[in-house]
Amino acid sequence: MSAPLVELKDMCISFGGVHAVDHVTVDLYPGEVVGLLGHNGAGKSTLIKILSGAYKADSGQILINGDEAHIHSPRDARSYNIETIYQTLALADNLDAASNLFLGRELTTAFGFVDDDAMEAETRKIMGKLNPNFKKFHAPVKALSGGQRQSVAIARAVYFNAKILIMDEPTAALGVHETQMVAELIQELKKQGLGIFLISHDIHDVFQLCDRLAVMKNGQLVGTAKTTDVTDDDVLGMIILGKCPPGATPGPGALVEDEAVG
Amino acid sequence: MSETALPGSDRPAARNMFAALQLDTRLLGMIGAFVVLCLVFNVFTDGRFLTPRNIFNLTIQTVSVAIMATGMVFVIVTRHIDLSVGSLLATVAAVMAVVQTDILAHPEVLGLGHPAIWVLALIAGVIVGVLIGAFQGWMIGYLGIPAFIVTLGGLLVWRNVAWFITSGQTIGPLNETFTMLGGIGGTMGESASWIFGLLAVGLVLWLQVASRRRRASHGFPVKPVWAELTLGAITTFAILGFVAVLNAYHIPAARLKRMFEAAGETMPEGLQVGYGIPYSVVLLILVAVAMTVTARRTRLGRYIFATGGNPDAAELSGINTRFLTVKIFAIMGGLCALAAAVASARLGFSTNDIGTLDELRVIAAAVIGGTALSGGVGTIYGAILGALIMQSLQSGMAMVGVDAPLQNIVVGVVLVLAVLVDIIYRKRTGE
Repeated sequence: MSAPLVELKDMCISFGGVHAVDHVTVDLYPGEVVGLLGHNGAGKSTLIKILSGAYKADSGQILINGDEAHIHSPRDARSYNIETIYQTLALADNLDAASNLFLGRELTTAFGFVDDDAMEAETRKIMGKLNPNFKKFHAPVKALSGGQRQSVAIARAVYFNAKILIMDEPTAALGVHETQMVAELIQELKKQGLGIFLISHDIHDVFQLCDRLAVMKNGQLVGTAKTTDVTDDDVLGMIILGKCPPGATPGPGALVEDEAVG
Repeated sequence: MSETALPGSDRPAARNMFAALQLDTRLLGMIGAFVVLCLVFNVFTDGRFLTPRNIFNLTIQTVSVAIMATGMVFVIVTRHIDLSVGSLLATVAAVMAVVQTDILAHPEVLGLGHPAIWVLALIAGVIVGVLIGAFQGWMIGYLGIPAFIVTLGGLLVWRNVAWFITSGQTIGPLNETFTMLGGIGGTMGESASWIFGLLAVGLVLWLQVASRRRRASHGFPVKPVWAELTLGAITTFAILGFVAVLNAYHIPAARLKRMFEAAGETMPEGLQVGYGIPYSVVLLILVAVAMTVTARRTRLGRYIFATGGNPDAAELSGINTRFLTVKIFAIMGGLCALAAAVASARLGFSTNDIGTLDELRVIAAAVIGGTALSGGVGTIYGAILGALIMQSLQSGMAMVGVDAPLQNIVVGVVLVLAVLVDIIYRKRTGE
């Protein structure tokens, strides 16, 4: 098999003595969806924020297509075609959809001025594909519903030809219909060869959407497994107890069997 | 439920017509309040408030605070505050005064009355203002000291730096060309004012047409033609009306006579010459246009509003919010320098107490103009209108003869009420 699209090797980061991410190694191949699971505070979000440039790792290596990548800011991450949909959506509530979609990458006219009309036109195009019901192009995004806001955040991530997509709880705030929309979008992006990290609490989602999963607990990796090799209960055991089932590859955070008994 | 549904279904036609104009209702509210204020004062002063003379004076009195208020919009939109603007104005005014009277006017440098003095002094002032602003912005953005503290310190520091520069003396008289920036001493005259007004009308109408064409070329919905025409007519009327009023304020006959005598001519009998637009107002208009373009049409402006709306999102979008803070305070400093030029030119001197309490007037103008202290919301024209409302309130009360302490009480109450009305408005419209 060729080099993975992304390889996070031995990542560590700590905040005031707490090891938020402790020697974690995960990888991601093109056209693959890898689910990251774990309790609140297990370190999933922190781990992907290192990849998206929001945090800087204390140690560890990021390899993209086998080459070492230096990501020190969100701008660096974007230059590697890494796009992120944050759990908080990271939208400027006072601006409209187009301004948010192009924030930090505005289209400009020949004179260097922001070209709002061109951006609105592009936004109308992509929203037409993603969410045809979307009509409020001039309202600030705070006036939009949860699903509409989510589709703005998704549009921002997919518009700029992402190769690596990070989705932090993309369906947490959504209704049934919108969740289905996100699921279809993920399948579509997979077909186009994107690699997707999907952070989720919903085990059902993970089994439906992911090819592989990685479970974290207390900042450490419990183990990774193909979704076809493990059951719901196995995964719950990994999340809650840190117990690695036979079908999974154990990581440094896996519970050693005799400790579990004791 | 039924109560909220009623107004919409009651008179849908009026509402649609109104909506078609796509006007800023907040702006309309402010203009409405301003008009009512003017009319009330006009009644209480027996018609003296709305005379060309008083409108002219109101305009030139507003300029200094209005220039700074446009910068304060950016500061407040990014959730900061600048308490040092009045003191910064004093420091820059002192620098400009010393540069033009002590340094440039020195016989070995340029000599008294040299035509380049005013612009060199102004440039020196703007450089000093921008540097001081950038320095304060650096402390806020990179050292993480709250803007309130940095500029509260600045309030004390710069007021007294000004004192040191001038050794506590009043510096003046200032260069004659320089004092033309102040207002009544420097106006365009009638013909130039009309030309300026017509150019402004042409520009506004051209922008309106260009914007409509651009939207149509993308296939976006555009306003109905009658709505465009109405808006065009309103702006044309407003601009030309403003010029007409300023032209209607005539130079007093005695003064005009002296001007003719100075030129070695005799004044024709019964001649009347209007002042026209003061250069300080032209400066304010240029600043307002530049700041509006920055706010709406540049990346800098977009990032300022994005950062105000959600600092974390701005950071995650790759915006350097620290450097942005430096830029915003540098702009504020530069505008303080322009305001300092206008304020000192108007007096003809640089005094120690110049700009005292201006920080409060500037912040009040921005806030009355709809700038939200919670960040992300504010307009340049709103701030200028806010400054005009504040100034009208003060000079109106002075004309009516309201006691000085009561004047300040009223201004304070109006400030708080304006913010309350704004909060209620935002809740109602769900903005």
